[in-house]
Amino acid sequence: MSDGDVAIDSAKDDNSDATSGGVNTGRRYFLIQATSAVAAVGAVGAAWPFVKYWTPSAKARAAGAPVKIDFSKLVPGEMLSPIVAWRGKPIFVVSRDKQTIESLKSDTAELADPDSLNPEQQPEYAVNAWRSAKPEVGVYLGICTHLGCSPKYVTTDNFEASGQGGFFCPCHGSKFDLAGRVVKGVPAPDNLEVPPYRFESDTVLVIGEEGAA
Amino acid sequence: MDKTKSETGSTKLEAVMGWVDKRFPATETFEYHMSKYYAPKNFNFWYYFGFLAMFVLVNQLVTGVWLTMNYVPSGEGAFASVEYIMRDVEYGWLLRYLHSTGASFFFIVIYLHMYRALRYGSYRGPRELLWLIGMAIFIALMAEGFFGYLLPWGNMSYWGAQVIVSLFGAIPFIGPELMEWIRGDFLMSETTLNRFFALHVVALPLVLCILIFVHLVALHHVGSNNPDGIEIKKNKDANGVPLDGIPFHPYYTVHDIHAMVVFLFIFCAVVFFAPEMGGYFLEKPNFDMADPLKTPDHIAPVWYYTPFYAMLRAATYPLFGMSAKFWGFVVMAGAIVIPAVLPWLDRSPVRSMRYKGIWSRTMLSLFVISFFILGYLGTQAPSKLGTIMAQICTTIYFAYFILMPWYTRIEKTKPEPERVTG
Repeated sequence: MSDGDVAIDSAKDDNSDATSGGVNTGRRYFLIQATSAVAAVGAVGAAWPFVKYWTPSAKARAAGAPVKIDFSKLVPGEMLSPIVAWRGKPIFVVSRDKQTIESLKSDTAELADPDSLNPEQQPEYAVNAWRSAKPEVGVYLGICTHLGCSPKYVTTDNFEASGQGGFFCPCHGSKFDLAGRVVKGVPAPDNLEVPPYRFESDTVLVIGEEGAA
Repeated sequence: MDKTKSETGSTKLEAVMGWVDKRFPATETFEYHMSKYYAPKNFNFWYYFGFLAMFVLVNQLVTGVWLTMNYVPSGEGAFASVEYIMRDVEYGWLLRYLHSTGASFFFIVIYLHMYRALRYGSYRGPRELLWLIGMAIFIALMAEGFFGYLLPWGNMSYWGAQVIVSLFGAIPFIGPELMEWIRGDFLMSETTLNRFFALHVVALPLVLCILIFVHLVALHHVGSNNPDGIEIKKNKDANGVPLDGIPFHPYYTVHDIHAMVVFLFIFCAVVFFAPEMGGYFLEKPNFDMADPLKTPDHIAPVWYYTPFYAMLRAATYPLFGMSAKFWGFVVMAGAIVIPAVLPWLDRSPVRSMRYKGIWSRTMLSLFVISFFILGYLGTQAPSKLGTIMAQICTTIYFAYFILMPWYTRIEKTKPEPERVTG
């Protein structure tokens, strides 16, 4: 701003020179600056469609329809297989027995966020010791919160102390318990995400729709 | 009779060249860059790799164009089209192996080329810009390799790319949106494959060729360094030709053709007998098609990224309120770009390792050893011992750079010779 003022002032001073065939450097400087500024704005404007072109298309955005999962054949202690995809991402459905549910409440010493304090990782109805609407059924997005690999379901020995199972990410060694809670000292910063879901019946889940259990 | 014939022949050629030179500086350019570009006469083994990098680039460009003729960049078709090239297209297997082996050899050659610069101080003034352009080429090459690796649409391609794109998610505030922007979708998908294809076959090759051109222009302006790290331009004869210089053409062109033949022996041995290199050049899970629901049991990037990948994994502690994931990204990105500031870190009165002291030699050795160990660790599944070793090696890697202003100043150096020592 002040540069421009100076330029205009000096332009006035030099006016007599300009008419007599000399070069009005002040005005010339001001015009170059002003033209460059306008061109820069134009360049940014022209770049915008090229940048925006890369964002998810309408088709990609429309592909997020809710998915139904029938887990009637799932037995306690196992994870539903084959894995179902919602928005192209794997959904882990695990069935937990009584003993596991109890240990989820007590074995929290090794966990980084046992009380699910990060509100972005789960809906409100999953803020509890088992991080699910029903203690016996856990529903998690099977994407490691570190760099997006899909963790493995392990039934035993994910934890040295309790011998409990959980999820283990083969890429960088992050560990999660059976409620998808991340262990301290691994690269993953957060608990596994809990997708929005509701129970259509006792054995059918709808992923992608909120609702009471 | 014969004599007159050849004389008229050469006059004709001269006349043609005269006509061309009036309109385009053909002779002048050839002389400036080849026949009157004086390179130090004491080049040794380490000076082959710049030329070899150019040679591999040509291999990649030619085989790449040919592969594009049969490759289908779609989620359904990509994997099948690569298998089609391998099985049904005449010599498709050869062109594909030349391209995939070429990618690995490109990095071998470039790493040796960069090591040469560390060894003889080629990054020192007045070659700072030459070095910076070279760093830009290195980063563009890493991107080119990364985009290319997704194209076969194997399961390792898919999850490897997923991990690298997720790295950008570690950037505070804009991370998640940035990831979506790069992928063009909420997960790695055909959209991502298509844009990586466009970047791999059009955008980055263009960028690379332009940068390499600029690299050569800068090199021929400042002149080549040499194993003694002294300026040959300081001692010139009456015609202004450096006394220790010889014309690049024909001396080094012929010299480099010899290197190319030796290189081709090794390169072809790999192409014909070990194109997968035991899973290091072409990884085993990549013989399965991409499956968005199943990560391979053991996932590792191709060998040429593993040192940096090991450093990414070495960050396991949150610090200053930022997550370990964020620091992993910072450490990895830092490790890749930190060599760029070398010209300003090295305070030694001499350039070449031949005349530097014990500290520089020790640090460079430790740096190279830790780079190899990190490269090995990056190929292995994560383990407790491995993580500790990676943390130690990462510290050494950075110490080589960060401590350089001190250890290059305190150490005792030998005097540089007046003329090159052969």
